[in-house]
Formats: sequence, structure tokens, C-alpha cells
Amino acid sequence: MSDLPLIQADRAVPPPASTTSTGGRRRRLRLLSRTDRVVITLMVLVPLLLVTGLVWLPAAATVLLSGTNWDGIGPLDEIEFVGARNYSDVVNIYPPFVPAVQHNLLWLAALFVVATPFGMFLAVLLDKELRGSRFYQTALYLPVVLSLALIGFVWQLLYSRDQGLINAVFGSSIDWYGDSSVNIWAVMVASGWRHVGYIMLLYLAGLKGVDPSLREAAAVDGASESRAFFRVVFPVMRPINIIVLVVTVIESLRAFDLVWVVNKGRNGLELISALVTQNVVGEASRIGFGSALATIMLVVSLVFITIYLATVMRENRE
Amino acid sequence: MSRPQSQAEYLARLVPPSVAGINRRSLLAGAAGTGALLGTGLLAGCGDDSSSGGSSKDVSLGSNQSDPKPKDVLVKVTDGFKTSSGVQVAINTVDHNTFQENINNYLQGKPDDVFTWFAGYRMRFFAQKGLASDISDVWGKLSGYSDAFKKASTGDDGKQYFVPASYYPWAVFYRKSVWQQHGYQVPTTLDQFTALGAQMKRDGLTPIAFADKDGWPAMGTFDILNLRINGYQFHIDLMAGKEAWTSDKVKKVFDTWAGLLPLHQPDSLGRTWQEAAQSLQQKKSGMYLLGLFVGQQFSNEEQSDLDFFTFPEIDPAIGAKALDAPIDGYMMARKPKNEDNARKLMEYFGGKDAGDITVKSDPTTLVANGSADVSGYTALQKKAAELVGSATEIAQFLDRDTRPDFASTVIIPALQQFIKNPKDIGGLTSSIENQKKSIFTD
Repeated sequence: MSDLPLIQADRAVPPPASTTSTGGRRRRLRLLSRTDRVVITLMVLVPLLLVTGLVWLPAAATVLLSGTNWDGIGPLDEIEFVGARNYSDVVNIYPPFVPAVQHNLLWLAALFVVATPFGMFLAVLLDKELRGSRFYQTALYLPVVLSLALIGFVWQLLYSRDQGLINAVFGSSIDWYGDSSVNIWAVMVASGWRHVGYIMLLYLAGLKGVDPSLREAAAVDGASESRAFFRVVFPVMRPINIIVLVVTVIESLRAFDLVWVVNKGRNGLELISALVTQNVVGEASRIGFGSALATIMLVVSLVFITIYLATVMRENRE
Repeated sequence: MSRPQSQAEYLARLVPPSVAGINRRSLLAGAAGTGALLGTGLLAGCGDDSSSGGSSKDVSLGSNQSDPKPKDVLVKVTDGFKTSSGVQVAINTVDHNTFQENINNYLQGKPDDVFTWFAGYRMRFFAQKGLASDISDVWGKLSGYSDAFKKASTGDDGKQYFVPASYYPWAVFYRKSVWQQHGYQVPTTLDQFTALGAQMKRDGLTPIAFADKDGWPAMGTFDILNLRINGYQFHIDLMAGKEAWTSDKVKKVFDTWAGLLPLHQPDSLGRTWQEAAQSLQQKKSGMYLLGLFVGQQFSNEEQSDLDFFTFPEIDPAIGAKALDAPIDGYMMARKPKNEDNARKLMEYFGGKDAGDITVKSDPTTLVANGSADVSGYTALQKKAAELVGSATEIAQFLDRDTRPDFASTVIIPALQQFIKNPKDIGGLTSSIENQKKSIFTD
């Protein structure tokens, strides 16, 4: 199994934990010096404080504030609780909310169904060591190093109705970023442009790590190329597949920069994250209302986090 | 949601603050801004210890004038103040957008003695929250302001909280050469206006350049139609949440607008105001309703070809004497550390000397004080000043005349919805009204 020389049983040093007497355990405790205990306490306490202070408290505060109509002005004890009014307002009288939820789901679906498989496909192609594959690899990966905001600018040059490249070349007058029936797709193409490169690189790394003997064995058994991929290579890459899945979900939930750059998430580009920002940041501080939106987003994220954790834990148990 | 004063500023605001960090300049500006805010806090601490000591010779000024040109003008004006009063002004400049975004926290913390701000509801809101000082006594010493300016500086309680410095009117801009070529006349009624638009269409022009990608330019159209159809007082009451959006008066505004929309440049929701202004500059559009800053898209030689008229009359009983002319100026913090000096500075800002310095240093602004020496104005500036001077009432633009949360989270999406689908006015106005009721609760 391993290349290490087998240790002779009689020469093996018994591990200290296996000495079952209580005396042994006490001795082990004594091994922890004062410094050790301080260090361990700090190592537990500091992250705990950080996580509590920077994650849990703000999250709890958001949930609390979502029940108020605070405008960010005045002392905290003047905050007025309005119950679930913010939530009922969000659902009943806030027109951008329903499109935002739809767009978030659409975003997830498009990345998951189109961009991610396409990235995988490119990775498989590049894995074949075609001539110039380094060039393609670089070209496809290039967008990933750009921030999404910058990508918004880059595509603006192509999409602008009056001055953009696409309309100039094809003589069309499609309002790519302004027409609410096409702009979500236009933006998704821009977002997918980057996502494909990202997935491609992750997947390429995974493919390089697959044991070549597996493929040989499949070939010897007479499996066709595609059959070998789907039946042998794909299942072997399960850890990479999970990472790709998680990256896709994260990317779709944090799809914010792009729509914010295009038109601050309005007119067909509503996303929950953009609505939260519109309401909370800046002069227009509807902090209570924005918090209600943020809480809804938290719940949506929790669904995915739960699925992910459940999968990972099941994995570990196996 | 103020209008950007320059293209650079416009571009800067496209970038979300989280990303703006990649730009070294704005990063530095941000750092300087934070430093300034922190510095102010520290200064405040010192000031309390020695309030009667040497600090009586200075006063601090929080400024959003972060662009080179206006920043330079402000330095010159404060230098003038120093010469006349001997008081040193410490200017804390913060990036324009950052300043506005942080205004809530800024005013509740330890703000500078005097700070740059805007007239309108935006000013009255903070006055009513007790975050600014009553400066009625300063107004007693000021001269050269029309009643419209005084009205725009007055809070809900009838006291003054604001000193106007500069302003720019909104009007319908056009190129003289294009109009001469086709023999167009300035319309004075809505019928003439629509007839002119139809003629322009026949001549192969887009009658009215239009853009609303950023959400605010369409507010100008709504404002002027509401001012012409229902008058200033109704407009202000509507903005203050006192009138119902479902009323027939508001519906008539949208109806009239729906009638004019075919004359507007199509696909406006994907276009920026710069792109629309360029269609006017390239002689593809016949006219454009925008603020005086439209001139930024014209080269120096073309400036003299630019002209404007005020939006024509719709109802003879209302007339055409009201307009949007956003005013920028100064307010005083609720508890200035050097109250005497702060009042002196406010008085100086509102005086003729400050106006004269501004005219000399900046050819792109109109000076609010009517007694300032404006012989350096260009023809366009002179005409713009005359237009505002003859206005009976001055509105501040929708997002300065109403609650900021209402303007940006309700009105922008609603107006864009209207431009997309001008037919469902009933559904649109009741949706706005429902949201308004939820926001205007206090």
C-alpha cells in the first residue's frame, strides 16, 4: 500500500492516548503549560469574538431593524417598532421586489445551466492539449481577473444603443442595456463571460488531477470517449464538482457589481442585493425597509448554505 | 442623487464605492475624506477644552466641492473672507458623492461649523430634524436676493437655515444654427410646442433628446409638466407628501407626458444624459430639456451656438413663470464650535464680495446674489440668470424637493415604468400612492 517501511509491532512506540489509565490523562493535562492554555483560550476566544461581532451581531441587528422604520437619524431608543409592516410592504406594494427574486433565480439558472457546463466543456477541450491551448486558456481566463464593475464598462462599449459596437456593426438599434426585455440577458452574457473562464480553470485543475490509468483502463474496456468521461472521469471529480456548484451559487447570489454599474439595479436589472443597497446606503436611508429585504436575502442564502453543509457533512460521514 | 457637475464626476459615480478603491485618486480622496472626518472629531475634542482660547480665530468648513474647479473657487472665496475678517477657514473637502452619502452620520457626529448643501426639502429635512442652525439673523444682514431665493432658504418653521451661493436653471436647449436653418420659432404654448415637434420629425430630426438610464433626468420632465399644469404650490405639496398621487391633477401630468412621449428620443432607458446631449450637439435632435450643465457636452466654439427657452405655458391661469433651478449653498451645523465666526462666514458667503469672486473664477456657474458684478457672464449665462430672475417661484428638482428615500426608491422606478409603458397611468399612480403612504409616516 504505502512505500513506508512497515514498523515492527514490537518496536512501535505506544501512542500516549492509548494508555488508558486516568493517571496518563492527568499527565497529559499537565503537559499543557500555562502559556499553552492562554494560547488555546485566545485561539478560541478571538475568532469567536470576531465571528460574533462581525457576523452574528450584525445579522441579528439586521433582523431586529427589519421590524422598525428607522431612518438612520436620532438616538437608538427612539426607534419605533412597526412589526411586520416592512415585510408586508416589500411583498405587497414594492414593485421591484418580485422581479428581483425572479432575476436572482434566473441568474442562478443561467449560470448553472449554460455558463457552468460551457466552462466544463472548454476545460475538457483544453485538457486534450490542442495546439495553442495555452493561448486559449489565457484568453478565456483573462476576464476572471477583471472586476465585474470593469466588465460592466467593457460591455457598455459594445452594448450602448447609439455608440456601441454591436449596433454599429450590425446596423441595428437594439437598446441592450435599456430595454427591460433584453437587458437582463445582455448583462448575463457579460457575467457568464467571466464565469465561464472561472469554471474552466477550476475544472481544468481537476481534470489534470485525474489519474491517467483510469482513462486507460476505460479505454481498454472499450468505453467510448464520452462514456469514459461521464462514467469514469466525472464521478471521480466529485470534490471539484461540489466546488464548482458552490462557486456557481455564490457567484449568482453576489451578482451585484455588474447591475449596479449598468443602472443601479433598476429597470429590468433588479436583484435583491441591489434593492438592499438602494434602500440602505446613502441619503435615502430606509434602514428598516432595507433590513427587511436583507433578511429575506439571508433566508434565501441559508437555503443554499444548508444544502451545501448537508452535502459536505454526508460526504464526511461516508 | 444630485446631478453630476462634470463628466469625470458622472463617471466616478458609476463605480460603486466598493470598487472605487481600485482608482488611486478616489482611494486617496476617500482616505483624505475619512481623515478629514476623523480630524474634525479630534479638532472638536480640542475645541471643547479651550473654547475661549485661540480657536476663536478660525472656523471649519465641510465641503463637497471635490472637483478641481469648484474647489479652487471655494479656496478663493474663503481667502477673501480671511482678508476681510481675519478669521482662518479650515476647509475639509470630502469626495462629492461620499459627502452626500454620509450626510446623516456626518451631521449627527461632529460636523464642521459650516457645510455645503442644497436648498429644498433636502435642506428642510435636516433643519426639521434639528441638525442645522437657524440663521435668520444672518439673512437680516443679507441683500441682493430675490424672494424666490429667500423662500428656497426657509425651513418649515418659517426661519432661514440656508445661504444660497450658486444655481443653474432647467430649460429647453437647442442649437441656434439648426433652428435658423429650418426657420423654427420659440414655442410659447403647448400646442405650438407639439406642432414644432411634429415639424422637426418631418425634417428628419428627433424632436426632443431624452435619456433616463440614471433615473434622474426624467424627473426634470415630470417637474416642469407638473409646474405648468398644476402650479408651484401643488408641486411642492405633492413632493412633501401632502397631496395624493392618485388625484386627477397628477394623472393629467402623466397624460400630457404620454402625449409628448412620441416626440421624445426612443429607448431612453439605456441612454445617459451625455449621450442624449451629444445627439443635440451632433444636430440629430432638435431640443433637449436639461439643466444648464448640458453645455459641458459642447466645445468652446459651439457654446455661442447654444440657446434655450423656458418650457412653454400649458394652462394660461398658471403661466410659465415657475421652473426648476437647483440652488447650491451653505448651512450651519446645529452646534458650531465657533458660532460667531460661523455666522460671519455665512454672511460673507451670502454677500456681494463672495459672489464677485465666484463670477471671476468660474464661468460655468450662476451666482445667487443678485447684487454681484456679473459683467463677466457669457451670453448664455446672462440669459439663464435673467430667466431665473424673472421666475415667480423656483423649485429645486424632484430629488431635492422630496424625501430622498421616496425619490430614489419609489419615483425613479415609477418614472422608468411609465416611460416603458405609458398606458397604465391608473396602476402607476396608485402604486406610487401606496408606497408614499408607507414612507411619509412621520
